[in-house]
Amino acid sequence: MEIRTDSTSLDIDRHEGNLIKELRSSSTKPVTEPSGWLSEDLKRNIFLTTVDNVLNWGRKSSLWTETAFTACCTFEFISLSSSRFDIARFGMEVLRSSPRHADLIITAGTLTWKMAPQIKRVYEQMAEPKWVIAMGACGITGGIFADSYSVVPGYNRILPIDVYIPGCPPRPEALLAGIELLRKKVEKRSFLQG
Amino acid sequence: MAIKTEPILLNLGPIHPSTHGVFRMRALVDGEVITDIEPVFGYLHRGIEKLAEQKSYRQFIPLTDRLDYVASMNNNLAYVTAVEKLAGIEVPERAEYIRVIMSEIQRIISHLLGIGSFFNDMGTFFTPFFYMFIQKEKLTDLLEMVSGQRLLFNYMRFGGVSHDLPDEFLPALNTFLKEMPAEIDKYERLLKENEIVLARSKKVGILSPDMAINSSASGPVLRASGIEWDIRKADPYSIYDRFDFDIPTGTVGDCYDRYRVRVEELRQSIRILEQAVAGIPKGKVLNPVPLRFRPPEGEVYSHIESNKGELGFHVISDGSDKPYRLHIRAPSLLNLTALRKMLTGWKIADAIIIFGSIDICVGEVDR
Amino acid sequence: MTVAITGEEVVGALDKELKGAVKSVESEGILVQAEKILDIALCVKNNKNLKLDYLVSITGTDYIDYLEVSYLFYSLDNNKRFTLKVRLENKSNPAMPSLTGIWIGAELQEREIYDLLGITFSGHPNMKRIFLWEGFHGHPLRKDFSNGN
Ligand code: SF4
Repeated sequence: MEIRTDSTSLDIDRHEGNLIKELRSSSTKPVTEPSGWLSEDLKRNIFLTTVDNVLNWGRKSSLWTETAFTACCTFEFISLSSSRFDIARFGMEVLRSSPRHADLIITAGTLTWKMAPQIKRVYEQMAEPKWVIAMGACGITGGIFADSYSVVPGYNRILPIDVYIPGCPPRPEALLAGIELLRKKVEKRSFLQG
Repeated sequence: MAIKTEPILLNLGPIHPSTHGVFRMRALVDGEVITDIEPVFGYLHRGIEKLAEQKSYRQFIPLTDRLDYVASMNNNLAYVTAVEKLAGIEVPERAEYIRVIMSEIQRIISHLLGIGSFFNDMGTFFTPFFYMFIQKEKLTDLLEMVSGQRLLFNYMRFGGVSHDLPDEFLPALNTFLKEMPAEIDKYERLLKENEIVLARSKKVGILSPDMAINSSASGPVLRASGIEWDIRKADPYSIYDRFDFDIPTGTVGDCYDRYRVRVEELRQSIRILEQAVAGIPKGKVLNPVPLRFRPPEGEVYSHIESNKGELGFHVISDGSDKPYRLHIRAPSLLNLTALRKMLTGWKIADAIIIFGSIDICVGEVDR
Repeated sequence: MTVAITGEEVVGALDKELKGAVKSVESEGILVQAEKILDIALCVKNNKNLKLDYLVSITGTDYIDYLEVSYLFYSLDNNKRFTLKVRLENKSNPAMPSLTGIWIGAELQEREIYDLLGITFSGHPNMKRIFLWEGFHGHPLRKDFSNGN
């Protein structure tokens, strides 16, 4: 019933009475708490989190490695990626030969000055964000070959390194520990840092 | 009328999934066909021969590990036998047996990886490789048991080996030797008569016997071309003259033969290992040599049949505690001499297979 | 056993061909004049008794006063080995003939010696650095090489 300007006070009373009646008839059961308002499907599929967390989770769970393997350390990387140590557990089993697909360089081996421009070029071709793990003594300082006339004393002369893994060669377990460190590092990135 | 095509320069490597390390080829291709090729070396040239002149004889052993890093025991062996020959050092009987065991284990590892990656290059992406890798890991465990390392062992010394075998080693090796023949049969069932393997590797990349000799090829590459030349028989070092084994050879010299020779060598290595395990005597394993010992003046060339071919060390001593000059005859490098002849005229996809069948290790190519 | 052929044996077998080229005879090889190396190599390869048809290895050494190149050959049929040596006194611009015309196995090794010791092999189809890059200064296996470390 509408309330018009010529309504009498009884009309208003009746109107209010109707409202009470409606409310009473629709309130036979107690009101549920808010989470019950959504349907079951919606409830299972919505997560609330931050942009950072989502991006980092995605990035750290599928670090694809570039095949820029130069020397002996490569074999320990191959051991890691095959059945026994099974790097697929971390979503890393995909080896990319194209830098455009890769997120990570694992510098498995000695770097010579002749090779350095190629590695740098591969690094520059990789899309951001990208990471570098210096694997093995050679990757860190030139290792046993540091005195040589043709060896670069460590990849950090040409690339920014995120994680250093010592060893000559590092065991696959050490490499795993290094990768775990890198995953932690990836986790802490912020969207605002770019 | 033939379609007119323009030759283009195609660059393969040094970062390329099927160049087995940092090796590079500049190919001139006409359509799909390679008309000329220039291998480019040196991306892993670490100056090992120069470093040898700066280190004492003993200090150089770990550097030899890093030549053919798939089979570092063989490099150790070649170097220590060269210096032992130079200085006239005796090796205890047990150590000789241990050396043979290590050398053959490394040959198996290297051939497993060589065959596995040959099939990778053929397109069976990593499936056979993983089967072979399972066995490789078992052997790696054995080598780790004796040396404490998984890849670069630094195990041999002038006058013997650094430690005796641990007690568990021989039983574990025996178990492996019992299982391995069945494993090889499994690979053979999968691959030997496989239609695709036959189509892609038979009569592909033929290296004629004359060419093989002329280009100084050695090891499985030389033998696949039908030349029966194995230094273990021709010039027995260590105690290889005591073992009974055959030299498998090919007939055609194509990729398939090279693959077959490697598989047969796996079986021969198992034969040698069985005899060595049965015959190994008790006793000491090292005739100690002073840390900074000085071999007499002179020069020596000593060679072994490593997994890749003839691995030779030419050591020149001036009587001091460092080698005056040390030259390494690297089988991987010399097996590539004929590469240009072998690849010209083949399609790019075949070139990858031919290259894979040579089985090089860049650490040894470039040194 | 791969038996070493002594220098005397070779000199005996190749008396005519070698005339004047041999500088000295050693227990496992002979030292010859650099200019004659091609003829001598052809002789030892084609001689029916020697049949040294397999070039194993070439080593170059810097002996301060001179450079020495030593060639090691095998005869696969007879299971024999033999060494030929050459000395180059001119250290500032050492040169000698290349063996690539006879054994293509010499190709990469000669390039290696050129790269690391600076000996030029005339007649080599591709005489340039093999391991080091174009523009690298010096030849590392020379004893007077310093890498600045
Ligand atoms: S760190 Fe050791 S194993 Fe790794 S590349 Fe260098 S020498 Fe080889």
